Amino acid sequence: MEDTALQIRGLNVAYGDQQVLRDITVDIPARQITAIIGPSGCGKTTLLRSLCRMAELVEGVRVWGQVIFDGKDIYAPQTEVTEVRKRIGLLAQRPFPLPMSIYDNVAYGPRLYGIRQRAVLDEIVERQLRAAGLWDEVKDRLHAPASALSIGQQQRLCLARGLAVEPEVLLCDEVTSALDPLSAQRIESRLLELKANYTIVMVTHVLRQARRMADYVLFLYLGELVEYGPAGEVFNNPRQARTRAYLAGEFY
Amino acid sequence: MWALTLLVALLVPFMALALLERARPLFDIAPPGRLLLASEWRPLKQEFGFLPFIAGTLWVTLIAMLLATPLSLLCAIYLAEYAPRRLRELVKPPIDLLAGIPSVVYGLWGVLTIVPFIREVVAPWAREALGFLPLMRSDNPTGYSVLAGGIVLGVMVFPVIISTAEEVIRAVPNGLREAALALGATRWQMVKGVVLRRALSGVIAAVVLGFSRAFGETMAVMMVVGNVPQLPRSIFDAGYPLSALIANNYGEMMSIPLYDSALMAAALILLIVVVVFTALARIALIQAIRRAA
Repeated sequence: MEDTALQIRGLNVAYGDQQVLRDITVDIPARQITAIIGPSGCGKTTLLRSLCRMAELVEGVRVWGQVIFDGKDIYAPQTEVTEVRKRIGLLAQRPFPLPMSIYDNVAYGPRLYGIRQRAVLDEIVERQLRAAGLWDEVKDRLHAPASALSIGQQQRLCLARGLAVEPEVLLCDEVTSALDPLSAQRIESRLLELKANYTIVMVTHVLRQARRMADYVLFLYLGELVEYGPAGEVFNNPRQARTRAYLAGEFY
Repeated sequence: MWALTLLVALLVPFMALALLERARPLFDIAPPGRLLLASEWRPLKQEFGFLPFIAGTLWVTLIAMLLATPLSLLCAIYLAEYAPRRLRELVKPPIDLLAGIPSVVYGLWGVLTIVPFIREVVAPWAREALGFLPLMRSDNPTGYSVLAGGIVLGVMVFPVIISTAEEVIRAVPNGLREAALALGATRWQMVKGVVLRRALSGVIAAVVLGFSRAFGETMAVMMVVGNVPQLPRSIFDAGYPLSALIANNYGEMMSIPLYDSALMAAALILLIVVVVFTALARIALIQAIRRAA
């Protein structure tokens, strides 16, 4: 396997008394698309969100274990959470444009990190809107409110906004599930392009999407890692009976 | 049902018309513009200048809002964004309870606590330390002052602003908070740049609600401001708000010619100011929403 972006070691998450992830240990390869699949409620989203320390935002949640990124455990006490979240971006299931203009949405992250010069911001905004495939549609109305965009455009705006802080890893939580087929396709092709420079981990409940996009597949069932491997192997020759049953559509 | 709705909608114009009708005899002897700016109040000499009362109302309301707005907004932000759920559930009911306390109780509290506190502690200290400021100077030794009125009113306004603002802030969708946090924003950056921006119009509405509560409040203020018809020059001076003028005098001294008309005119001023301010605030609110959207 090529270089590893994230080493997940004995990761557990519990909401109150209910443990939703058990002892997950897996390596996420760099600059590849890894898809997390599994029936709903198996902990896919929780796993994804625990990779950028967003899972802990829910009151009463406990996370233990390690996620090693760039040689350091993101759960170590001395880790800056904001730094982790800057370097490991999260794209949510539904787009949430910030209550400001299209331009300011993309510039929000860079501004947090102290970039003030107009010319620099202009360049970032254009580059990331292009990377998200939105530039041509919005270049004449950059200062219009972001909420005026269609939901598909909003999701691409959120992608551009996430890219603007220059993360190394992109976590995508069922990012096409709220979109129409055409918008979903646009996002998919963007992500396939972005994989050249970014490590992408995506949660999906659409198996066809995972087949189309994933290089590696991680199958979760009831909070446990059942099977992990290159997409071709998992889809064509699953080793575990539960993976076979899931892929055959015996449960969702 | 539509007739009933219409009736309710027309209540304010009807009230204004009725007040205007009763106040008219006064306007016959002096134009309203001059009455508003005249500062002499000598009913027996047929001099009815409203400026001291308008000034009294403005002083008290201004002091109340200056005290209450920052404190209660910070409190609302803390409760909505930082406090753990247990603490919020513990603190909210007593805050809401504050809003339901009869204003006469606030007035008593003011007389028993705030007025002596100003008389014994605040005023002497201000005379020593800040006497060079005209706003802080005073020869009023009683403690009954626009400051006392402002403090009591401020405390009454707290729960109104806190609970409205807290609800408005909490109504901001969580996905928006997470979007900011996921970009590496700190909690305060997220609250300041995203949550408050989204909630701005509602927060303004909360402050306006507090303002309306303060502006027309009568009983509590009347008990602590001293009720001297003069133009207050310092926060330690006594004042006489419009609402107190009406409440203190209606039904008394009605044998004085035009006195009744003068009180009606005072009520009319109060009504007009509240309506105008509310309308202005609504317009500002609509624009704020348009800008945020």
